[in-house]
Amino acid sequence: MKLNKAMNRRNFLKVSAASGTGLVIGFNWLAGCTPTSPEMSIPKSWTDINAFIKVADNGLVTIFSPNPEIGQNVKTSMPMIVAEELDVDWKKVIVEQADLNTVKYNRQVAGGSQSIRAGWEGLRQAGATAKQMLRQAAANQWQVDVSDVSTEMGQLVNSKSGDKLGYGDVAVAAASLPIPDEVELKDLKDFKLIGTSVKNVDGEKIVTGKPLFGIDYKREGQLIAMLIHAPAFGMKLKSYDAEAAKAMPGIQDVFKLDTSLEEPQWSDVNAFNDLIVIVGETTWQVMKAKKAVNAEWVADTPLENSEDHFAKLVDGVERQKGRVLREDGNADAALRSASKVIEKTYTAPFLAHNTMEPMNFFAHVTPEKAELVGPIQTPESLRGTVMKVLGMTEDQVTIEMTRMGGGFGRRLYGNFGLEAALISKAVGKPVKLVYTREDDMTQGTYRPAYRVKYTAGLDENNNLIAFKAKAAGIPGSPLFANRFPAGTVDNYHGEGVNVATNISTGAWRAPRSNFIAGAEQAFIDEVAEAAGKDPLDFRLELFDRAINNPVGDNNDYDAARYAGVLKLVKEKANWTQDMSGVSRGVAAYYCHNSYVAQVVDVVMKNNEPVVQKVWCAVDCGIVVNKEGAINQVEGGIVDGIGHAMYSQLTFKDGKPEQENFHQYDLIRHMQAPEIEVFFVENDIHPTGLGEPSLPPVMGALANALYKATGTRYYNQPFTKAKQADEILVG
Amino acid sequence: MIQGHFDEKKGLNSTRLKLTTMAIFNIKVNGKTREVDVEPDTPVLWVLRDHLDLPGTKFGCGIAQCGACTVHADGNAIRSCSTPISAVGDMEITSIEGLSENGDHPVQQAWIEHDVPQCGYCQAGQIMNAAAFLDKNPNPSKEEIASAMSGNICRCGTYTRINAAIQTAAKKS
Ligand code: FES
Ligand code: FES
Repeated sequence: MKLNKAMNRRNFLKVSAASGTGLVIGFNWLAGCTPTSPEMSIPKSWTDINAFIKVADNGLVTIFSPNPEIGQNVKTSMPMIVAEELDVDWKKVIVEQADLNTVKYNRQVAGGSQSIRAGWEGLRQAGATAKQMLRQAAANQWQVDVSDVSTEMGQLVNSKSGDKLGYGDVAVAAASLPIPDEVELKDLKDFKLIGTSVKNVDGEKIVTGKPLFGIDYKREGQLIAMLIHAPAFGMKLKSYDAEAAKAMPGIQDVFKLDTSLEEPQWSDVNAFNDLIVIVGETTWQVMKAKKAVNAEWVADTPLENSEDHFAKLVDGVERQKGRVLREDGNADAALRSASKVIEKTYTAPFLAHNTMEPMNFFAHVTPEKAELVGPIQTPESLRGTVMKVLGMTEDQVTIEMTRMGGGFGRRLYGNFGLEAALISKAVGKPVKLVYTREDDMTQGTYRPAYRVKYTAGLDENNNLIAFKAKAAGIPGSPLFANRFPAGTVDNYHGEGVNVATNISTGAWRAPRSNFIAGAEQAFIDEVAEAAGKDPLDFRLELFDRAINNPVGDNNDYDAARYAGVLKLVKEKANWTQDMSGVSRGVAAYYCHNSYVAQVVDVVMKNNEPVVQKVWCAVDCGIVVNKEGAINQVEGGIVDGIGHAMYSQLTFKDGKPEQENFHQYDLIRHMQAPEIEVFFVENDIHPTGLGEPSLPPVMGALANALYKATGTRYYNQPFTKAKQADEILVG
Repeated sequence: MIQGHFDEKKGLNSTRLKLTTMAIFNIKVNGKTREVDVEPDTPVLWVLRDHLDLPGTKFGCGIAQCGACTVHADGNAIRSCSTPISAVGDMEITSIEGLSENGDHPVQQAWIEHDVPQCGYCQAGQIMNAAAFLDKNPNPSKEEIASAMSGNICRCGTYTRINAAIQTAAKKS
């Protein structure tokens, strides 16, 4: 058997002297797990084994989930990895959200689909080290060698005598042992928990309406705060009159707040720093008072319009000289010699994140300390900003992470946390800041608007000989120049153009990929059509080239894994089979270290295209939690279809024209397709899953719509934007 | 009701009188009669969340567009964000906390069985809408479910699971 040995020199394996054992007060595990064995009683004491694991005298195990939970299910899947190596019965596991502690934990961030990938090694070590120490403690008690002690679902077994001890019986002794220098990690084939389906650890609390979210947080004596920001990007506050608002019931104060920072870090991106704050007793009172404030705003930078954005993107792609991001061979020369040239442009609008839980945060700031509680994807960055602004040290600022009602990138930018802290400081009371939906939608860090022009050349044998991509974005280019089709074609040119704006933008689920994948995969479809080839086989042909004789040595992807997902979806969806009445489109994409290929089936109902089914093949290495993984993939697909079809944020004189869900269309239940998900089985360490299924589906959808309607869809959202031949769907 | 208001910044001289229209309401929530003293236009959503410590009902849009705030009024699904407390009268309000005693309503069970939630924020509203719908249509088709549930947004995109869970719940109840 191959042993995976890992060196344990990390902080999370140490237990501070102060933590040792202790009596449990305020016990609430019944809500989180249902012990099945009748002898399972309430534990009398708990022992910390390391930063991730606490063992009770009766064998219950608490596993701390280090990363913020935004719906990507890491609160279930990360502890599963610890439990696997610890070899404990999942029914005896209680999961708790860890606090922000950068000494104990690494990278407490929800973003970039990296929680599992980055946490994998450390989580396994935490479990394996604890198991090793428990085995050693049992060996000492039995006076046998540690190699004579094996484990079996939370039990220690003396292989000489057959005696058994529970983890709880030796936890105290184990905690005082030295941390082993080296531990054995399980062989992958011995995994019992990883790869199975484990239910969401918060599932029962969610379906019974327990307070889990930041917006549910309540502290004795807390006030509610809301904000008024400029109605348009480019405006600042001139004057305001709050007399009427202040006189309204329950209202404690109305004041101006400036949240601008001298040296902002990346996570401080914020739409508006010039704010009016309304503080009162209850949410409804504050909401009403907010409407009674009269404010006058003046423009100090240009008030931008969507038409101008579009014109600037066109100018960027057609006339600006961009930054060359990659050059292989000579694309222009190859195009001149090509027998067929295909050229198309694609666009997409700004998007809001629209997490279902609007932005909010609790803060209680006193001269001594700042306590913050709420939904944040980047707690460490928020703590840094709060420390700087309040002039406090790290130990004076605590951040408790609540479950988040969605993130999608919005909660990477913690302006609402800073706002809450400053408001609490100003009023000297605990405060919960809540955004209305309108505030949330119009004070965003939006997905940038994009445009890309692709040019491809085919030789007389219909082989791809040249490929050019020129991509512009407001404010940044969406192009990943070292991704497909770079590496599959001798002559490649990638160029990016950045267009400035005063509208705040940021990461939005699968940044840049959320546009460029759909555009690229729709374009490849047209190239395949021009070449007279099956679109799926055409892609496989390109990957064959990249497998056998890749162009350049700086290609981000593994062409064989890319081809692997295409082949899997081809087989599962019966791609070659003709299905009458069903129009099919295919796409494949690589991002967040994972590979996804999809087939979208569209049917016509009452002359309208309807997305009937999506087939999806995924290679994300080892799948930790099967059902949770499928749920993520399904969510990404629904999200991708929804935004490609229906959603947009447009601007008129700097003002977002959509403020709430009567103006901003999100995909609805009736519009969601049936989805089937297939995973490539391999032993590769797990990679991202929260984002990769979203980008390609936009392309597969466009390709299927073309088959169904004869119209190529170049501009998102497909149901609203004008297409080249001016036909609208939906 | 007239309340005195003391403005700390300006001191006693500027003390003004606040004219409020608070009123006492006795509403039936989850089987109990609860007394609240609020302005009559206060939406049931905020009465539940702020005054009755029942935060399971969620705020999503405030304008009856997303369904996150769905509760039952005499068994019918309503949008609590857009229903003022003054309109409740004798109606029995049921929130997610009162849907079942032990979290074992067939819809809740089906939600667990299908591991529906992602972030979970929309799910209380989804469950309340599904439960009221199944009461009226105990044997719905997939399409009827989809159309009945289309007023509830799930930003995480769990619609396919919601649909499957409602089909399962229909078989159970
Ligand atoms: S909060 Fe009531 S429908 Fe959205
Ligand atoms: S589960 Fe997140 S909004 Fe529905």
